[in-house]
Amino acid sequence: MDWSALKLSFELAAWTVLILLPVGIGVGRLLAVRQFRGKAWVEALLALPLVLPPTVLGFYLLVAMGGDSTVGRLYESLVGRTLVFNFEGLLVASVIFNLPFAIQPIQRGFEAIAPEVRDAAACCGLSAWRTLWRIELPLAWSGLLSAVVLTFAHTLGEFGVVLMVGGNIPGETQTIAIAIYDRVQAFDHAGAGIMSAALLLISLIAIGAAYFASSHAQARRHD
Amino acid sequence: MTEPGLHVRLRQQGPIPLDAALECAPGEVLALVGPSGSGKTSILRAIAGLLQVGEGSIRINGDTWFDANQTINLPARRRRVGYVFQSYALFPHLSALHNVMEALLEYPPAERERRAREALSRVRLAGLEERLPRNLSGGQQQRVAVARALAREPKVLLLDEPFSAVDRATRQRLYRELAELRRELAMPVILVTHDLDEALMLADRLCVLHQGRTLQSGEPCAVMTRPESVEVAQLVGLRNVFRAGVLCHDESRGMTTIEWRGHRLEARLQPAFAPGMQVTWAIPQGHIVLHRRDRPSRGERENPVSGPVIECIALGENVALTVAVNGPDRPPLFLNIPAHVARRNDIAAGVEIGLSLLADGIHLMPADDSRTPAKPR
Repeated sequence: MDWSALKLSFELAAWTVLILLPVGIGVGRLLAVRQFRGKAWVEALLALPLVLPPTVLGFYLLVAMGGDSTVGRLYESLVGRTLVFNFEGLLVASVIFNLPFAIQPIQRGFEAIAPEVRDAAACCGLSAWRTLWRIELPLAWSGLLSAVVLTFAHTLGEFGVVLMVGGNIPGETQTIAIAIYDRVQAFDHAGAGIMSAALLLISLIAIGAAYFASSHAQARRHD
Repeated sequence: MTEPGLHVRLRQQGPIPLDAALECAPGEVLALVGPSGSGKTSILRAIAGLLQVGEGSIRINGDTWFDANQTINLPARRRRVGYVFQSYALFPHLSALHNVMEALLEYPPAERERRAREALSRVRLAGLEERLPRNLSGGQQQRVAVARALAREPKVLLLDEPFSAVDRATRQRLYRELAELRRELAMPVILVTHDLDEALMLADRLCVLHQGRTLQSGEPCAVMTRPESVEVAQLVGLRNVFRAGVLCHDESRGMTTIEWRGHRLEARLQPAFAPGMQVTWAIPQGHIVLHRRDRPSRGERENPVSGPVIECIALGENVALTVAVNGPDRPPLFLNIPAHVARRNDIAAGVEIGLSLLADGIHLMPADDSRTPAKPR
């Protein structure tokens, strides 16, 4: 078992969730509540990582954040090391790659709230913050939970983008999914097997919890 | 100058066309009546601040909530309206008590709870404070919505078809409760409904709406029996609407005589329509009296007409009759009579019956509707 790879994967997943949760709430709510010109295009753009091969996205991110790019040069001059082939680069890629997994469930969660409930909150004198905190988030919580679980599990299992942007540096950018691949390449099937089983178990628990929570919420709604 | 009550002027071409003017005094219940899509809910939403309208103004007791000219538009949460939504829009994850408490945020928590409990007991929900909305019946949910709307001591109470989501028995009970409650209310109350009986029972004044326009306002009985136009007559469900010519006025007897299909009909004096004019006239079904076959009475001399029953439909305790007067190809008369009266008089399709059109119920209107043209949407 490569503990450093597992730890790195968990750190990456946790940071990705931490960054994407507020983004998901903001963007998901906006897309659920507001109608604006070009909304379909914005939604399509945000869903793009779902259909794009991870290597393609990884390639573009590598180009955009590499040492020759403006972003890459700026980062290097500020921090003193490259963005790609580092944890920070991995995190940026992971955040972008997980946008649809965070935003879409939250958007569906907000969409499921009857518009009159928001109107009623306004007529009760609730501020926008109070309405979000006290009314909307509790009602959209199964969407939030799905977003957290999907983003977390998906980050743990991500391979293509991570390999393209982070390379395969043990202890720095080698995540558990890449470590499994490495072991197989080195004919260490037992090591790959243990790590695969661990990843399978974690994913199963996460996704099972999300489904349980959402079906529980649905059953309560239909009581 | 402070004008008490609610004063609303709204105008816009689209997306929802509106051309509405209405007033509602403190303590008065104004019913907005009209078919689906007539703009009733849009007007309510505009008053609450949930819908912004292109032109107009909304003033309450001298305060301006909305004025397109002065670009004043107070957000909904600062308008202090009590709004009972058609679906009640209770917060589904909060108990009845917390639903009401959310409307009382301006008070400290202890005071908030005390007031919320008081508001719930006022609508007879004491003991059910901790229940979630899904564990309350439709009628109880409606009462929570009313308690929540009133808890803030709103400047205006808006009721959007509040009785449409409950069964008939519950509705009757809620009518009585609202009728009792309204005696304690000091603010203008606007009730949106498409049910005329509901308006008649609960409202002090009625405002008829069609395609976003307010057509006529007044006492419910007056609007329903004396519509200003054919359009209003149709909207308030008057089915007996016909053309006639004015013959003369007799001020000493308080009568106007009209000629309809060769009959001289005496109507209540309505001198606004000059002799010789073509008019439209209407009569509510309650002003048509069936002549009894076995016992003729003096009242039968009042505007008697006769004809065969062409349709006789039993509607529970009543029977709806369609009577052809002066030929089957002309618009017929409609009236409802109790089922036992129909049975006692052997009334069935094909039977010839006599009717009196009571002069007091004959109401004249302009012949054409050019004053209030119905614009297609």
